[in-house]
Amino acid sequence: MDFQTRRLIIDRAMVFLCGAAAVIACIPLGSLLLYVLTQGLHRLDLTFFTHLPTPVGVDGGGMGNAILGTLTLILVASCVGLPVGIMAGIYLSEYGKKNQFAWMVRFTCDVLSGVPSIVTGIVVYTIVVRPMHSFSALAGGIALGFMMIPIVTRTTEELVKMVPHSIREASWALGIPQWQTILAIVVRTAKNGILTGVLLSVARIAGETAPLLFTAFNNQYWPSGLNQPTASLTVQVFTYAISPFKDWQDQAWTGALVLLMLVLSINLGAKLFFKNSRSLLR
Amino acid sequence: MIFLYLTGFFAFLILALAAANAYFLWVAAGPSIAKTGFSFLTSSDWDPVQGLFGSLPFVYGTLVSSFLALLIATPFGLGISLFLTELAPMKFRDPVAFLVEILAAIPSVVYGLWGIFLLAPFMRVHVDPLLMKLGLPFFKGPSTGLSIFTASIILSIMILPTITAISREVFEAVPNSYRESARALGATSWETILLAVVKPSKVGVLGAIMLAMGRALGETMAVTMVIGNNPQITANLLAAGHSMASVIANEFSEANSDLHVSALAEIGLLLMVITLVLNIVANLLVWATATKFKK
Repeated sequence: MDFQTRRLIIDRAMVFLCGAAAVIACIPLGSLLLYVLTQGLHRLDLTFFTHLPTPVGVDGGGMGNAILGTLTLILVASCVGLPVGIMAGIYLSEYGKKNQFAWMVRFTCDVLSGVPSIVTGIVVYTIVVRPMHSFSALAGGIALGFMMIPIVTRTTEELVKMVPHSIREASWALGIPQWQTILAIVVRTAKNGILTGVLLSVARIAGETAPLLFTAFNNQYWPSGLNQPTASLTVQVFTYAISPFKDWQDQAWTGALVLLMLVLSINLGAKLFFKNSRSLLR
Repeated sequence: MIFLYLTGFFAFLILALAAANAYFLWVAAGPSIAKTGFSFLTSSDWDPVQGLFGSLPFVYGTLVSSFLALLIATPFGLGISLFLTELAPMKFRDPVAFLVEILAAIPSVVYGLWGIFLLAPFMRVHVDPLLMKLGLPFFKGPSTGLSIFTASIILSIMILPTITAISREVFEAVPNSYRESARALGATSWETILLAVVKPSKVGVLGAIMLAMGRALGETMAVTMVIGNNPQITANLLAAGHSMASVIANEFSEANSDLHVSALAEIGLLLMVITLVLNIVANLLVWATATKFKK
């Protein structure tokens, strides 16, 4: 075989392999989605959303409390994570072009988003659960909120930065002070973009299990307050998945289906907002 | 001016958060560090009832499963991102990128569920017997499907989006003039990729791989559900193992003694130090390549 044909064959082979990699990667994805859908569907009904879990051997029952718990946790997490994330993101984009402090914050964000979520769980256990002497929805929400902060900060920064500089200059030319320019002009223009970041971070934490295991813990009853342990969809799916009971395992699939639909629809929403914000800026 | 300080204050909170993370983890791990000292890192006996705390089996399980996952995921991830940036027709790029994004959005507990009921039985019945026929010391039976190897497979699926997305970013930063020069010299598509895309961005690719490694190290739920949760050190990949994150997930809320809690916190500290170093280096590498092409 001469040199030229060998080059050509290698070229075709490698191009084919790259394409094949993309196809093969779809196999686990397809298998997972298919199974969650088929296994999850046959327990999916209204009782699943409205009823409490039943003890082993008792038919029926749902994850109503866990679904409510997940929503509660997301709410608490947003109260903790969003103000810090959005404000810090605005700072980085508007005041932190070149200074050292902003560089440090940016870098810390990137590093923080790499900290394993279970470690965040231990930290929150130490600073919230231990002093309160109880697992609680508050602790779980704080843990998730901590995880939101780096994500919200970086996406807010990126998207606020996309606002064209000419808009800022127009505002300054009218004599509007910097802070009003940022709040009334820049942030308002980037509103959809900021919402994209918020939704993305919510989607990320909604699927978290590890930091909740020993902060929010679990609960078989309806939530009765932020200082009480709270069930969540993810922890409930985990508990049921590793249980030896067929009925619970079936419910785990349904829980996974609900969880997946929740996470994917939030992600999709974020995508739509992002498209919106881009067309606005052009 | 006030607004500057207000937003600046919130930015400062992020630094404080990072510092608090490190400090409180250190405090929580304190009793264990004082009590077990250096043997915590070198001993392989983990028996909370007897008060024996050696973290080696967990470190071993975490490192081996993550490394194996990288070995599997890297070729796929790079292949996909090259396909997406260089080869695929325009109309395929967005859908494939979207599918990979979905892969990243799936919660890890769902991966775990899929792992227990589909992947593990599949490995036990179809893959593991084949591997055992090779006669290598890494693949010895009997297999239950719950093993370090299964954990590696599931991890490789989970880190695939990380490698793909970041290396794609790095490849896209390569200026088109590089590709055009290679083409002008008569290079084939693959030669163009090697010479003009991969070679100038290899530092960034390394960064992408390290970030993925960081993710694999810290991954908890899916690994916990398929690794078998048995603290042993063995070369046999088809045997049950344990990982740092999964021992914390399994034992933390049920730990009876303060020392046990503290020992688990120390494992968390160890895990954070490893991922932190990895992440810092990786981020610097990715940043270095991204800015290199901007000049």
